Amino acid sequence: MAQIRSIAEINEKIQKGEAVVVTAEEVISLVEEHGVEETARRVDVVTTGTFGPMCSSGAFLNLGHPTPRMRMSKVYLNGVNAYAGIAAVDVFIGATEIPDVDPANKNFPGAFNYGGGHVIEDLVAGRQVYLEATSYGTDCYPRQKLDTWIKLEDMNEAYIYNPRNCYQNYNVAVNLSDRTIYTYMGILKPNMGNANYCSAGQLSPLLNDPLYRTVGIGTKLFLGGGIGYVSWNGTQHNPCGARGENDVPRTPAGTLALTGDLKKMEAKWLRGVSYLGYGVTLQVGVGLPIPILDADVLRHAAVRDEEIVAQVVDYSEAYPQGVGGSLGEVTYAQLKSGSIIIQDKEIPTAPLSSYPKAREIAETLKQWIIKGDFTLTEPVASLPSADSCIKSKPLTVKK
Amino acid sequence: MVKRKVVLRFPASVVEHPFIYTLAKEYNVVANILKANINPRKEGRMVVEFSAEEKEYEAAMDFLLSRGVIILPLEQQIVWVEDRCTQCGACTVICPTSALWMKRPEMAVAFDGEKCIVCEHCLKACPARAVEARYLSGE
Repeated sequence: MAQIRSIAEINEKIQKGEAVVVTAEEVISLVEEHGVEETARRVDVVTTGTFGPMCSSGAFLNLGHPTPRMRMSKVYLNGVNAYAGIAAVDVFIGATEIPDVDPANKNFPGAFNYGGGHVIEDLVAGRQVYLEATSYGTDCYPRQKLDTWIKLEDMNEAYIYNPRNCYQNYNVAVNLSDRTIYTYMGILKPNMGNANYCSAGQLSPLLNDPLYRTVGIGTKLFLGGGIGYVSWNGTQHNPCGARGENDVPRTPAGTLALTGDLKKMEAKWLRGVSYLGYGVTLQVGVGLPIPILDADVLRHAAVRDEEIVAQVVDYSEAYPQGVGGSLGEVTYAQLKSGSIIIQDKEIPTAPLSSYPKAREIAETLKQWIIKGDFTLTEPVASLPSADSCIKSKPLTVKK
Repeated sequence: MVKRKVVLRFPASVVEHPFIYTLAKEYNVVANILKANINPRKEGRMVVEFSAEEKEYEAAMDFLLSRGVIILPLEQQIVWVEDRCTQCGACTVICPTSALWMKRPEMAVAFDGEKCIVCEHCLKACPARAVEARYLSGE
């Protein structure tokens, strides 16, 4: 595939204010009008976006040293435990952590009104949170107890570190049983009363670069309203599953580990959310720019909802028991129409990932690039792709 | 003929009175109870749709008011807080009357108070807690 332009050339155009940038939605109609080759010559960058619940998210915080000094060993932020098994005043607040006193699912289904995701949202919104810490005390860190109020601006460093974001495709969840179930895919009514899905489809970052040709370690992107970077492949990165002729995975596949400065993010794009009977998590906004290096990259970025398929999975038995198996394959165009047909039954559909917000992120990133505020990065290493032979393994429980 | 959805609040002192029977028998008012929480000696709450001739409806409401029943318009009960809504859409398959619905092809969540029966399923189905039950008039 003949290269049309390099990332360095794109950055020159961005700095001169001459780059042609369109969203992953806009590029579809351009290709319909002008074809792949011509559109690839005209467009420098395609922007993508997604805004959905991403449980494998959290933030490293350096709280600063109190006087006398303290090696914090148990830390709570608004009653939510932050992991403190690292250096003295460093902690990691995870998105799905709930307060020790939360009744969880004891009164089923639990409401899970507050947790780590909400702490992160509160911090980014500039609200003060209640910090409690205890320690066993040492000669160098004598203090054993502390409680105070703290804001994001009071901290030294605060950066998001999300081990798994931007799932490339995901299951469509249904419930074959005769009782309502409460899952991380939302409330699923009995006898396939609804089907929930979670992807921005044609706007979703990794569905627009299915073989990770341009995204790699070091790629700069929109993260939580600020700037983030790909720090590694995400956990459960599974690039070798079934793919369509357009190279798009038919099942959950690639993932990204992302990092970025929490202090420069916005609460609008990092929202703590509660899933009835399941728990808390963080809704994260991510937008990936795709440099159009050649016609093939453009062809991939112009993928349409009609051409992306997902598997319908039973979350009452097949998923929890790890049995696997798909009840059928549907396209994102079908999912977005409001209903799908599975086993001759028409089932109403609902997304958990916001399409209008995904569009807003792709548009925001596009404007940043057009204005010259955001240039693209050359990845420093590639992500394992479809030829890597990586396989996600289940855990063998040894008796 | 009028058709009105209202919320009735029954003070504990009158909660045991058979109001719906009286409305039907004395005032020819058809009551379609959408939701009710009535317990002996406790304040009760009922979401109900009335249909009746205008004059009889007015008289029936005067009767309820004279007995200390509080009548609130239903529209004010469930509030969709658009600013908090993250536009995911999880509520739209849970809402039984499509009062919370999805504009297509935009995939934007919208709320139609006219269709809401205040079942409150959305309150906990909304991950962002963007739906609230509010009691405005007189409360």
